[in-house]
Amino acid sequence: MKTWLRQHRQAIAAAFGKLAAQKSAAALNALVIGIALSLPAGGYALLSSLRNVTLGAALEPRLSVFLRAEIRRPEADALGARLKADARVSDARFVSREQALKELQAIEGLAEVVGALSRNPLPDAFVLRPKAADSAALEALAAQLRAMPGVAHVQVDSAWARRLGALAGTARLAIALLAALLAFGLVAITFNTIRLQVLTQRAEIEISKLIGATDAFIRRPFFYLGALQGLAGGLVALAILGASLAALNIGVSELASSYGSSFRLGFLESGDALAVVLFSAALGWFGAFLSVSKYLLEIEPKYGSCEDNPWGT
Amino acid sequence: MISFSGVVKRYPGGQEGLKGVSFTIEAGEFAFVAGHSGAGKSTLLKLIPAIERPSSGAVLVNGQHVGALKRAALPYLRRNLGLVFQDQKLLYDRSVYDNVLLPLAFSELSGREAARRARAALEKVGLLAREKANPIQLSGGEQQRLAIARAVVNRPSVLIADEPTANLDAGSAAAILEIFADFNKVGVTVLVATHDEALIGRFARRVLRLAKGSLVE
Repeated sequence: MKTWLRQHRQAIAAAFGKLAAQKSAAALNALVIGIALSLPAGGYALLSSLRNVTLGAALEPRLSVFLRAEIRRPEADALGARLKADARVSDARFVSREQALKELQAIEGLAEVVGALSRNPLPDAFVLRPKAADSAALEALAAQLRAMPGVAHVQVDSAWARRLGALAGTARLAIALLAALLAFGLVAITFNTIRLQVLTQRAEIEISKLIGATDAFIRRPFFYLGALQGLAGGLVALAILGASLAALNIGVSELASSYGSSFRLGFLESGDALAVVLFSAALGWFGAFLSVSKYLLEIEPKYGSCEDNPWGT
Repeated sequence: MISFSGVVKRYPGGQEGLKGVSFTIEAGEFAFVAGHSGAGKSTLLKLIPAIERPSSGAVLVNGQHVGALKRAALPYLRRNLGLVFQDQKLLYDRSVYDNVLLPLAFSELSGREAARRARAALEKVGLLAREKANPIQLSGGEQQRLAIARAVVNRPSVLIADEPTANLDAGSAAAILEIFADFNKVGVTVLVATHDEALIGRFARRVLRLAKGSLVE
């Protein structure tokens, strides 16, 4: 165990040594990886910000049942009991006209408008969560609700939210595809960088193999080098993302404030930022693994050429 | 102990490097592998650490069927063998000391013990005073002695050298052979390939003579 730890320590030190010896090349590599990774990371951050905006909107179907103004509370309660008992409804929440006004006031930009009203124009309402999600079933339920006594208006709320959800889903898929494509690019970059390193150390590798070094021992410093390059690239990606969001937020905040909103594009959450860095390091490690393994196979004598080798190894 | 039994080495294209070679070198023995260029000396030596594998026949090293070893087992076989190459295979981007330290980097030894062993090996070949030099600054004989120090630093039971005196003058060549003889005195099995008949004559040891891939003596 002590030997294993010592060898890992030496491999890490060797990897840092190689990075230090080629500072400008290492910095350029980190920059290339960082730029490549910042694109999907930025897309993800953008989607997260938009999701936070639309979080208030239910992506599952909802029906708002507005009651007539003359309906009193006991009648509303009786109607609520009927709605809750309906097998097609999974939940029915009563929203009083007072509560609805408060919620309206809480929406940015509407506080002044609501404050200017002389009386509360909003009706009592029920917000229903139907069990069915297809539009035919929703319309049939809405039609029956409209016919109920005391009901003034029924509104199916979910269509726009579902469209937004579908759009967000498509954007997420596009970002995932972009991330996969760029991950492949990152592996290729690391593969080539490590290949160059391997070639510069060809003599040492070949001699080490001849005098008893295992493939694992030879690979180890290159693995760390690949992982460190990926790690540096991930950190550069976060820096690029942070700087880009800060620049974009100048315009976004101006636009948002004109709508009375304090909306800003948010940076990745700490877990997501850590995932970007670790993912980048893992891809660097993988690129190094492919590169060194390929080289070690190339320099291995081709024993198979001896067709009658009795051990066939 | 090294044992070859009916060993044939056939290269792609059908050319035979070795043709049914059989012999046994006992533990602690010192033997020369002699023959002209192309006789199969290097091929024979390469079969021992499995740098090449036999096409047929058996190569046994310390009881291990070398040809049957999996790729992953080869490093452990090679750590028990000291290999001295004709072209030395030294690393010119590091010091004499670091060259000798190389085989100990993947050993179980602590850093302190590895340093002690490396210096002891350098002292044995008379290069301790030049431990900080770059191998490029050494003469041909010194470079060969450095290659020997690297080969013995792991304290192998078998020392194999391929034409270790090929590019040396007679005095340096004899000095190199004396070093091998010293290691043999402490029980190391030594196998040296050379085409230098004068040198072989000077050291009265067993000779495995190869001609066109066959053992003739």
